[in-house]
Amino acid sequence: MANSENARISSAGSLKNLIKNQCFIPIAALLLLAVFNLIADPSFFKITLGYNSTGNPVLSGFLIDILNNGSELAILAIGMTLVTAASGGQDISVGAAIAIAGSVVLRVLCGRDTRPETLQAPIIVAFLVACVVAMLFGAFNGVLVAYFKIQPMIATLILYTAGRSIAAWINNNELPVISDPKFAYFGGFIPGIPIPTPVFIAIACMIVIGIVLKVTNLRLYTQAVGINQSSSKLNGLNPELIKVMAFVILGLCVAVVGLIKVSRISSINYSVIAKDIEMDAILAVALGGNALSGGKFNMAASIIGAYVIQCLTTTLYKFGVPANSLPAYKAVVVILLVVVSAPTVREYVSTLTKKLKLSKEVA
Amino acid sequence: MAKTDKSTASTGKGLGAKLMGMTDTNLLLTITIAVFFLMYIGAIIFQGSGFLKPQTFFNILNANAALIILACGMSLVMITGGIDISVGGVTALVSMCCAVYLDYKGGNVFMAVIIALAIGLAFGAFQGFLVAYLDIQPFIVTLAGMFFARGMTTIVNTSPFNVENEAFVALKMTRVNVPGMGSVNKIGKYVPAYVEIGVLVALLVVIVMFVMLRWAKVGRNFYAVGGNRQSALMLGINVKRTKFLSHLICGLLAGIGGFVYFLHVGSGSPSHATGAEMDAIASSIIGGTMLTGGVGNVIGTFFGVLSLSTIQNIVSSAGFDQAWWSGITRAAMLCLFLVIQSVVMSVRKKRNSAN
Repeated sequence: MANSENARISSAGSLKNLIKNQCFIPIAALLLLAVFNLIADPSFFKITLGYNSTGNPVLSGFLIDILNNGSELAILAIGMTLVTAASGGQDISVGAAIAIAGSVVLRVLCGRDTRPETLQAPIIVAFLVACVVAMLFGAFNGVLVAYFKIQPMIATLILYTAGRSIAAWINNNELPVISDPKFAYFGGFIPGIPIPTPVFIAIACMIVIGIVLKVTNLRLYTQAVGINQSSSKLNGLNPELIKVMAFVILGLCVAVVGLIKVSRISSINYSVIAKDIEMDAILAVALGGNALSGGKFNMAASIIGAYVIQCLTTTLYKFGVPANSLPAYKAVVVILLVVVSAPTVREYVSTLTKKLKLSKEVA
Repeated sequence: MAKTDKSTASTGKGLGAKLMGMTDTNLLLTITIAVFFLMYIGAIIFQGSGFLKPQTFFNILNANAALIILACGMSLVMITGGIDISVGGVTALVSMCCAVYLDYKGGNVFMAVIIALAIGLAFGAFQGFLVAYLDIQPFIVTLAGMFFARGMTTIVNTSPFNVENEAFVALKMTRVNVPGMGSVNKIGKYVPAYVEIGVLVALLVVIVMFVMLRWAKVGRNFYAVGGNRQSALMLGINVKRTKFLSHLICGLLAGIGGFVYFLHVGSGSPSHATGAEMDAIASSIIGGTMLTGGVGNVIGTFFGVLSLSTIQNIVSSAGFDQAWWSGITRAAMLCLFLVIQSVVMSVRKKRNSAN
């Protein structure tokens, strides 16, 4: 960290302040993608107001797509940032946990019948049950990490392996289908409002976490634990509890995403739902400039990072890249990103620029 | 083994003390092997004669030869204190590339092996460079590697297909009979027990890795670096090169494992070896490799793979044959061993600091 600090100090003027801001990298990446799309095909930015099959007004276009599909990722990025900051590792089980949460929602709504005519329980009850289940699984991960001191990625590997199986087990491996149009509101459109509902849900989550970070000590405590666990303990914090709490909050985010995901198709596919989303969520945190080894974090940067990832995905889709080969392109971006932000590389670059300056002065 | 393990001092007496006096590696290895034998004996008692046939055991070996090789590489990286989750993706990529080369391009088997090794080495070298010399977290690097390999597999060819190359099919069907292990079937005919070629490769890999880790200087370096990086540096070990080497060997083994997998299934598909990296990590952990580095043994890993597949066999033959039980069982077993490791280590730590 000291090296990057030095590099920051040595760069000059107002540009320095701009670059110093953690949101700089994700916003720059977003602009880069926007410019690329503008040159390649300006129709990327076109937004049209149309009517869907039920006659309600809906907005469509690639930008709306990004906002809509990016919501899940943005919500997950909130939880993932906290987990990363507190535990210095990432939760790779979120995709599997989303499958579980979605499965629970459907199970509660359907009751005994897999294709019920009417909902067997209010949606809010199903959501709350899913929240409890997802938070319990989050707590399970958290306890393994905090009390048994297992590396987060390995501890969450357990749920990653079992999660989709558990999700299939909850519904007896059947594929429930909900026909009630009200259930589709969460992942689609509320009649009369042309903006997709997930966007509102994501904004609500952002506002909630914003208030929580502002009002409570969550940020301070999480960062303290992430930076130095033993010294935070000496200062009277309970690092184990805070780590578990971070995982539980992630569980809550997972439940919200699970609801949106199953609502989008009013059904579930256990092996495909939220596939590879853990990679995107980790990527969003990394892109936001947060240290993956824990400590300080910037929530806004993570959320912007999430939308950058979605923008990249949508752009790749638009250019006809098939869904299955998408990871290869994203992996290249990740590698470039981590190489550029690696301390060793930064150090090397800063010494190189210093040398250049020196040679100029000598000349 | 005592040279590099962290806790060796113990002054107590009796069986408990004997256990406490063992090095971390040997203690965890003992637990694993004991669990495997208990499980297998339990299976024989409760599941009947199916498990008594040697061929049942050999079938477990046949089906898991590739996993044994992958897990050996994984153990090596984990001993050095890193992790490599790209092995499953590399396996899929290797099988797809070899399949395309053999069937569409009409290549020969020897060149296919070279391709497999080259892909593995390329992944190992690149990831190793990023991890060792640029100091990037191994998890992130290899996660990207895994996604890259999976994506590349579909770019090479999107649909799964069977390979019909004659030389390859002949090699695939080659069975090595194990003398004295055959059984008499229902119509009274003697059926010899057999293993596939992949099993021989896997056993060779286990032996080579064991010898290297136990006696070669470079092998001891892996333990030193994983155990305590700082003191390894002070001992004059080239830490970066050792880390690089561990990823390189793991990549190479992923290439070999990929080909063995390909030899077993005889087809190329983007969905091949799904979750193989997780199985490999789980096997290593069950085999007593510590996540924190510095502790582990490929013999344990070998038994880890066997335990993992034996329990799956037991679960499916006990009537829980729905697909999800397999995932849940594996996860439960992984969880159990992680907790055992964690508890054993914290108890030992307390004892050691008390002494």
